[in-house]
Amino acid sequence: MAMNSFEWADATTVEQAAGLLAESTEQRPVIAKAGGIDLLDLMKEGILAPARLVNLKTIHGLDEIDTENGLTLGALVTLDRIDKDPRIRSRYVALSDAAAHAATPQVRNAATIAGNLLQRPRCWYFRHDHFHGEGADEMESRGADQNQHHAILDNDKNAMVHASTPATALVAYDASVELAGRANGSRVVKLSDFFLPPEMQRAHDSGIESGEVMTRVTIPPLNARAKAAYHKQTERESYDWPICDVAVVLTMEGQTVQNASIVMGWVAPTPRRASESERLLIGNRLTDDLARQAAHAAVADATPLSKNGYKVPVLEAVVRRTILAAAVAG
Amino acid sequence: MATDNQAPIDQPPLRSQSLLYGIVGQETRQVTRQVPADEPPQLPVNAELRSIGKPIRRLDAVQKVTGTAKYTFDVQLPGMLYARQVVCPWPHAKVISIDTSAAESYPGVRAVHVLETLLQTARLRDPEAEARNKYPTVRFAGQTVAAVAAETQRIADQAAKLVKVEYERLPHVSELVAAMDDEAPIVFPGPVEQPSTAGGGGAPEGLPQKGNVRGPNFGMPGMTPTGDIDQGLAEADVVVEAEYRTQVQTHVPMETHGIVADWRDDELTIYASTQHTHSVRDEAAEYFDLPKSKIRVISDFTGGGFGAKYGINNFGLLAIHLSQKAGAPVRMMLDRREEHVSAGNRPNSLQRVRIGAKQDGTLTAIDVISWGTGGIAGGAGIGFCYNALYPCPNMRTEQYDVFTNAGPCAAFRAPGQVQGIFSLEQAMDELADRLQLDPIMLRERIDTKPTDDMLARAHERKIAAERFGWDRRRPPNSDAGPVKRGMGMAQAQWVYVVSPPTTVEVRIADDGSVSVYNSAQDIGTGTRTVLAQVVAEEFGLDAENIGVYIGDTRFPWGPPSGGSRVTASVTAPARNAAYAAARDLAARLAPLFDDADPDDIFFAGGKVGVRGNEGAARPLKEAAKEAKFGEISKLAKRHDDYEGFVLSGETSISRHGLGGVQFAEVAVDVETGVVKVERVVAASDCGRPINPKLVESQVIGGIIQGVSYAIYEDRIMDATSGHQLNANVDQYRMVGSRETPEIEVLLIEQIGAQSSTDARGIAEASNVATSAAIANAFYNATGKRIRTLPMNPANVLAALSA
Ligand SMILES: Cc1cc2nc3c(=O)[nH]c(=O)nc-3n(C[C@H](O)[C@H](O)[C@H](O)COP(=O)(O)OP(=O)(O)OC[C@H]3O[C@@H](n4cnc5c(N)ncnc54)[C@H](O)[C@@H]3O)c2cc1C
Repeated sequence: MAMNSFEWADATTVEQAAGLLAESTEQRPVIAKAGGIDLLDLMKEGILAPARLVNLKTIHGLDEIDTENGLTLGALVTLDRIDKDPRIRSRYVALSDAAAHAATPQVRNAATIAGNLLQRPRCWYFRHDHFHGEGADEMESRGADQNQHHAILDNDKNAMVHASTPATALVAYDASVELAGRANGSRVVKLSDFFLPPEMQRAHDSGIESGEVMTRVTIPPLNARAKAAYHKQTERESYDWPICDVAVVLTMEGQTVQNASIVMGWVAPTPRRASESERLLIGNRLTDDLARQAAHAAVADATPLSKNGYKVPVLEAVVRRTILAAAVAG
Repeated sequence: MATDNQAPIDQPPLRSQSLLYGIVGQETRQVTRQVPADEPPQLPVNAELRSIGKPIRRLDAVQKVTGTAKYTFDVQLPGMLYARQVVCPWPHAKVISIDTSAAESYPGVRAVHVLETLLQTARLRDPEAEARNKYPTVRFAGQTVAAVAAETQRIADQAAKLVKVEYERLPHVSELVAAMDDEAPIVFPGPVEQPSTAGGGGAPEGLPQKGNVRGPNFGMPGMTPTGDIDQGLAEADVVVEAEYRTQVQTHVPMETHGIVADWRDDELTIYASTQHTHSVRDEAAEYFDLPKSKIRVISDFTGGGFGAKYGINNFGLLAIHLSQKAGAPVRMMLDRREEHVSAGNRPNSLQRVRIGAKQDGTLTAIDVISWGTGGIAGGAGIGFCYNALYPCPNMRTEQYDVFTNAGPCAAFRAPGQVQGIFSLEQAMDELADRLQLDPIMLRERIDTKPTDDMLARAHERKIAAERFGWDRRRPPNSDAGPVKRGMGMAQAQWVYVVSPPTTVEVRIADDGSVSVYNSAQDIGTGTRTVLAQVVAEEFGLDAENIGVYIGDTRFPWGPPSGGSRVTASVTAPARNAAYAAARDLAARLAPLFDDADPDDIFFAGGKVGVRGNEGAARPLKEAAKEAKFGEISKLAKRHDDYEGFVLSGETSISRHGLGGVQFAEVAVDVETGVVKVERVVAASDCGRPINPKLVESQVIGGIIQGVSYAIYEDRIMDATSGHQLNANVDQYRMVGSRETPEIEVLLIEQIGAQSSTDARGIAEASNVATSAAIANAFYNATGKRIRTLPMNPANVLAALSA
């Protein structure tokens, strides 16, 4: 399908972009464009019909990578650069791997980290214009019957899952995002607080406000002994969306776990910490058996839907495997 | 199927001839056959030929990889308009009114047309129930109602949204089992009929129908039940019994369906992405009341079809109407969603299978009942493999079509057979296991029908087992870790089909250059190349020296690219015409060689000479110039096979079939449910391979598509809305490059002594056995049977915990 006509504005500063975005109304939506991967998909599917696009790619200085104090990624840094940057790979391997396993080489060349975090869900009801048009009311009243790719945790209200896979690693590294508005300067929000459970009728799956531009993603400095691993479990090896993905960051003293951060994507509406699993690991010697117990704890609260029960054992296996992989990571 | 080409074909006088018969390099002997007197002598084996049997690169390879090959999608004509369909958002509805005024007055719109007749659907036996409806009833979400043609695609898309359609919604059902219920919403208000296309599908007329369930259909003629099932089961030492389920698969050709219709004055030219140029012409003639002589259909390249691209379809009807109204060419290409939803699919199946056997493997009973849904179209059976492969005295295959509010099925690479073999060959594997027989040994004992495909399989089992390393197969579930490996094998059977109306013309221009003409399209199999190779052989030329003109109904009648019949149909008349033309040319050139006997004239490497005095050979071009013979043109028709057919007509079927055996090695991660096919070895037969490289390419394609079907593909319908949820190439998972196993193809040369080239088919036979071979390897890996497709993590983990 072809898209509606729209206006195009190249922004040169964050302030200018924020100003243009703040003009958005329901009748004349104004939407930011970074790599344009998700945006154009949604426009072609007839789900988004902006009156004007604000191109952020023309803003200078938003594509820098800084490793001085922790890690700072400009909003326009592409997934490909995150994958290939040796500084990121040597310190934040779970993030490098998450970027490397997202999408396809062509998409990674264009996709920005901000756009990735702000992309909309892949739910096949959400992506079908019928459920935003004629079929919207019916959809509201009954939810997704074909829920094989939906959440198995925290799914009593919303079962759509957030799509970003790099987000899983970023939450495990305790990342934050910086948002700049026109009037009130900028604010910094923990990524784990930023995401909202996706909904069919809402324009965002996050706390971003109208007129705000995401400017940076930051990760605090890591303990020098931290080890990490990331695994995206797919049905295919060629590009695929995950059944689940898991990021694990461990700080070890010998065989003993001092600190653990375990985050699971695509199994709850937003990336979810496996807090009970972390608690089981911390202070204990990491053995196959302990990893097994921790993995079991990760799925203890699962409430699978009619068609996604299979995700529970898969998640359990992936949590276990990723914990063990993190422990032996370099 | 069109019937107008079925006029009896005048068979020329016959001569009795002794011919080579058998598998080359294995076992051959002489047989005596009645051969049409005007046919050339039998070809020797491929090793002794110059052009035929050589693995040359396809002639249009460079055009294809550089993007200069013109597909229908690429056709651009001066003043061409762009069309967009108006489709219904509801799965079942009566159309009350249609208001096209807003669309018609939208700037840039040149024509709007409302569809009066719906194609691609089963039809009510008694149309009375809907006779008073002004418009066709909508029976699936995405069904076409009207279309708009405009100066740009964007305008057409916008204007299509302005067509106001008032619907009265009706209850719908979109799932097989739900539709089988007595209380289910009714898709058709009475029994329906649907003939098959050249690619298969359809069903015999007059079947009983109750609600949405039509049948039983016992399949093809000769498949009526025999013997006594209960007695057969009572006599059995072992009975295997199970239920199998296969999913709906959509065709997903690289090029979507589409046509460009150009109606000027009283002539209609259609550029079509099609599997049969003549089916497009014939349907256009029927629905627009035009003489066939005034319609021209062109298909330079078709970007795949797999069985779904026949006739003009609803979008084609609309495009032609729009072109007529606007007085301009109209381009109508489906988008990806329309392609998935409305352009065809392989029906799903639910199969209940019972097979009884004696301790030594002797079959005592085969009892199969199947249901499948092809949406609003019929033809959801499981093929004829149960009857074709293993003889059994007590046999019954009962097949039912179940109608649902979903897009119509269409023939799909070995229609039915793919579903049937999935259960049959797993049941045989299970039987072998229960009898403690090697699966190959069981086949040795029961694969005994006296046909060429049986002989081929016997040889193929041997060579493929050896190459694959079957002797390394371990007992089920031999690996301790979470990733388990296993090996399995399965057999294939498919019909050997020919279209005897096929006629080929060979011309020799007055400069001695040679060209060949036939209306058949090239769906991707390399039709140009095989025609050139066969003609080149008669002139001692290379294939690239031959001009090949195909894909145009102005040329002599060519076969559909369905039923794996093109090479079998076109190469024999091509050779016969080339032979006749070469003989004619020899007679005309003989005077240049001291009035040599024309039979002594030979052609080689662009030269003509006299046997015995090779040194005096001279360039053909020069000799032609001197001889001034004008132009030579010879037409030849595809004669019937020397032994005739069991079923004759436009689709003539031999009593011999195509075989094929496949071996697969898989790795199953039992914790994640991910199955990886690591290696497939296929032994295949296609009669005489005209171009082994092209044959191999078909087999590789068949295996890749088979892996995709076995593990990934699955059309997902939302029951409540009646919409397909994954009608795109992101969420409709297919095999990718990394899922493509290592594939090895062992091709045999089988001379059937049936035609002047002895070429048979391959495309469908190569797609049949793959999913069963993988499923049997899955069992060998895990010790558990997987009887539900696709073998994705959800189905795999369910099978493992059963
Ligand atoms: C085939 C395919 C496979 C994929 N696989 C994966 C995968 O495995 N994992 C995964 O995570 N993703 C995957 N994706 C999604 C892809 O990574 C995202 O679409 C992409 O990252 C979006 O980034 P972008 O820069 O193109 O954003 P855009 O499409 O330009 O923007 C996306 C959204 O973010 C907003 N936006 C962008 N930047 C800013 C900013 N700085 N401030 C405010 N708002 C902003 C836009 O307004 C828009 O709403 C896949 C996509 C495709 C097509």
